[in-house]
Order: sequence, then structure tokens, then C-alpha cells
Amino acid sequence: MNTLSTQQGVIRTALGRMFVSPMAGIVNILVIGIALSLPAGMYVLLKNAQGLVAQLSGSPQISLFLAMDATPYSEEQIRRQLNDHQNIKSVEFISRTDALNTLSEETGLTDVIAGLDKNPLPDAFVISPRTSNAKQLDELRNELQKIQGVELAQLDSAWAYKLEAFVEFAHIAVLVLASLLSLGLIAITFNTIRLQIVTQRDEIQVAKLIGATDAFIRRPFLYFGAIQGLLGGIAAWLIILSSLQLLKQPLANLSQLYASNFALEPLSAGDSASLLLFSLYLGWLGAWLSVARHLSLIESR
Amino acid sequence: MITFDQVSKRYPGGIDVLKNVSFELAKGEMAYLSGHSGAGKSTLLKLIAAIERPNSGTVLVNNQNVSKLKSDALPYLRRNFGLIFQDHKLLFDRNVFDNVLLPLQICGFEYKESAKRVRAALDKVGLLGREKSNPIALSGGEQQRLCIARAIVNRPSILLADEPTGNLDAEYAEEIMNIFNSFHQVGVTLLISTHDAALLRETNLRIIELKQGAIQPHSRYAADLHETEDA
Ligand SMILES: Nc1ncnc2c1ncn2[C@@H]1O[C@H](COP(=O)(O)OP(=O)(O)O)[C@@H](O)[C@H]1O
Ligand SMILES: [Mg+2]
Repeated sequence: MNTLSTQQGVIRTALGRMFVSPMAGIVNILVIGIALSLPAGMYVLLKNAQGLVAQLSGSPQISLFLAMDATPYSEEQIRRQLNDHQNIKSVEFISRTDALNTLSEETGLTDVIAGLDKNPLPDAFVISPRTSNAKQLDELRNELQKIQGVELAQLDSAWAYKLEAFVEFAHIAVLVLASLLSLGLIAITFNTIRLQIVTQRDEIQVAKLIGATDAFIRRPFLYFGAIQGLLGGIAAWLIILSSLQLLKQPLANLSQLYASNFALEPLSAGDSASLLLFSLYLGWLGAWLSVARHLSLIESR
Repeated sequence: MITFDQVSKRYPGGIDVLKNVSFELAKGEMAYLSGHSGAGKSTLLKLIAAIERPNSGTVLVNNQNVSKLKSDALPYLRRNFGLIFQDHKLLFDRNVFDNVLLPLQICGFEYKESAKRVRAALDKVGLLGREKSNPIALSGGEQQRLCIARAIVNRPSILLADEPTGNLDAEYAEEIMNIFNSFHQVGVTLLISTHDAALLRETNLRIIELKQGAIQPHSRYAADLHETEDA
């Protein structure tokens, strides 16, 4: 029943129907392609933005500056608290003396510093948290700020984490957009198949009368939906690819200005496959819904 | 092979088209179904192929109660029949060859085997040279023969023909009856509806006559038909 040659026959039938009105078919595929390329393209940009954030911020650190009048005893107590804290990976102590030495070495202001009659720098802890999540980092910073004897808790590269939080928000926005446009894609296929069923009315009726099963009648419509979806996915993929190509040079110039070697990552093989499979599935689903809705309306007489 | 037992059929909002119809058609038998227009011939044939369902009574095909069949079993029942519809039901979006191919596609035959069978069926009805034509380009008689080719391509055991000689000249009608006779000879069961008086007058086949929704008790032979027509 489902031999290879009948499968090919069904695909041929489905494609044949597409070429009955090639213009309408091409418009459909373009609409699907554009609709899919919007969220998918934004997804690619976001993924790149995430890479950029990671590159710029490195691993997060919190600097804890102690009060100037901290005693060795209170320093020891704070160290113990930090070591016991479950969200802290490692703790490094930088004494005010070490800090001053580093400063004089790095700046070359040895004479000036030697001339000071009092070390102006506080003792400090540099903390590596376990998390790199912006919200958790902020909570940790607030918590550390409250420790007795801590003058200031400062989250390094806080802006990068804010950017990351924004990227996360944008991710959700893309997801919502993708869901809406997917519904649109299903609707397009639903309507295309509805029109096809109307024009194929005679064939469907005759086929039913001479012994066609519902599955036989459904199959070419489902294949049509799936193929149209897949072609739409390929269109989206090409749109994204060419858009990234257009962005490449301007972005390279920009990143040179910032002395960064940032380059746009295109769609990965896995993402490409997901895009194509997803669009194929959506087309199939739209066709399935349409067939379920409209085929029963055609009575076999 | 086909048994009607007290079958009645009424279309929604209409009167009884068939009233307590009972008859039997034996395996390998060939018979006419006669009656003037509107007598219920098409309806009776549709009941056999379960295209319509009776309001009461039973329709048996191969001892299978057709009216009780589940809808997913219907396709397989219908593959036993070669159906020749009164309104042809040819598809004008494809050529002659593809029209005859459809029943084989439905049954899932391999293309090569199908093509062979399609050409054999077209040869049988004398349309082999027209396989690439669109059915719309065929004459009335040729369209009728195309219907027959589509009905026989699947080698059915039962042929149901609804006024197959409907609007044809006597010459074409005879041609078509000859085709049916050749199927009768190889054991196919045939029921042919017609209101063609000339055809009925000449035949010595059994005639089942419908009148006002009932089978005329004495309508077995052509001679009897004459009497009822004269009365
Ligand atoms: N689908 C239908 N709905 C309602 N009435 C119908 C339908 N089909 C046929 N009829 C009526 O049933 C009667 C018998 O029709 P039909 O079986 O086609 O007769 P015949 O084939 O002998 O001319 C007619 O009066 C016709 O109008
Ligand atoms: Mg009729």
C-alpha cells in the first residue's frame, strides 16, 4: 500500500497542485519565509549579543571594601562568613598594603605614594560568585553590603549584567513573536488547503465513490502543507543568511573602533535544521487542521 | 451476490422512492433495471454501493450487510464494484489515461503494473489511441466508454451501470452492450439500469422493473414489459 512509488506519486501530486498556480505558491512561500525570518533572525542577533556580553564581562566579581577602621579580628570574621557562603566560589583577600604596592607598581607613582603619610586604601576581599545571573548577582551584592564592617560592595562590570538581563527579556519577546507568526503560518496553510479542497472537490468526491480511504485523500494535502512549510523555511534561511552577509562589514568596522574582534556568528547547522523542521511541521499542522475541518464537509454523493 | 430484503428509501422531506423492495441477483448474473425517469433506478444502485443508506430493510452484498458497514469499511466494499455513473463523473483536470489510473492509485498499485492495466482497459473500450486527450474533447459515446474503462480497470466482480446508453445512438448503444456481454461471459455480475425501450424490447435478459417505488411482480422478461407498457 505505502510503497515507495506511491509515496513519490503523492509527492508528485502535491507538487503538481503547487504548480497549478505558481504565482500564488511563490507568494505563499515568500510570506512564510519573511514571517519566519523575523523571529529567527532576531534569535541569531540575540545569540550573538549573548556571546558579546560573555566576551566583555568575563567572569563576574564582587569587590568588598572594608571600613578603614576594621580590625584584624573583624576581617577574620568576615572571611569566615564569606567562606561559608554557598553562593561564593572563592575569596581572595587583598590587604591595604598589597593594594598600595600594586598601585604604585602599576602607575609608576612610587614617589608620590611614598610621600603619603597614611595609606588611603582600605582592606578588600575579591569574591568570585558561583552564579553569573544578573539578578542573583545583584542579590548577593546587596547581602554582602549588609555585613558588619563592610564599607562598600561593588559588582564589577555591572553594565554587562544589565545588558544580559535585557537580552533575556528580548529572548522572551522573540519567543512571543515567534509564537504569533507561527500561528499566522498555520493560518496561511489552513486557508491554502481550504481553497485546494474546494477546487479538488470533484476529484475528492469521485475518489471517495470508487473506494478511496480518507487517508488516501488526506495525504496529498498534508504533503502539500509540509512541502510549502519547508520551502518557506528555506526562504527564511536564505533571507537570514543574506541579511547577516549585509551586516558583516559594517559590524567589523564598528568592532574595530572598540578594539574588539567580535564577528557575527551565522545560523549553526543545528539551528538551521531546527528552523527547517519547525517550518515543515507548522505547514503540516496547518494542512492537517484544514483537512480535518473541510474534508468532512464534502459528502460522498 | 446482491440481495434486497424489504428495502425502503426516502430522501429527507420527500416521498418513498423505494417501497419494500426485495430481489436477488445471483453471482455471474446480468440483468436490466428498468423504469421511467424518477422511478428510483439510480437510488437502488446507490444503495448497493452504500452511497445511500436505506431507511429500512437490508441490502446484502456477498452476504455482507452493506447498510450496517462502518464508514471506514466502505472504501473496501466499493473496490468490489465497477461503478458507471449516470452523470459520468469524469475528471476534466486530467487526461484520459489518468482518469482510468485513479482507481488503481486508490488501491495502491505500482505505477508500471497500473499503466499496463490502464492500457488494457482502454484497449477493451477502443480508446487506446486517445489516452493523452482530455475527456472534454471526447464525444458522448467515447466519454461513456471512458467511464466503462475506469469501472473495469480494477477488475471488479460486480459492475453497476446507471443508464450507460443514456443519450447514445443505437449503434453506440449496441457497442457498449457488447462490451458488457463480454464481461458477463467471464463471470462478472452486472446490473444495468436503463429506460431505453428499444434495448429492453430486444433483450432476453432478466428485467427488474421499478414502478412507483416497487418492483413489478411480472417484470422478468421483455415480453412482460410490453404488456405493462401497453396497459
Ligand atoms: N439526493 C436526493 N435528494 C432528494 N431527492 C432525490 C435525491 N436523489 C433522487 N431524488 C428523488 O428520488 C426519486 C428517484 O430518483 P432516481 O433514483 O434518480 O430515479 P431514476 O434514476 O430512476 O431516474 C426522484 O423523484 C428524485 O427526484
Ligand atoms: Mg437515474
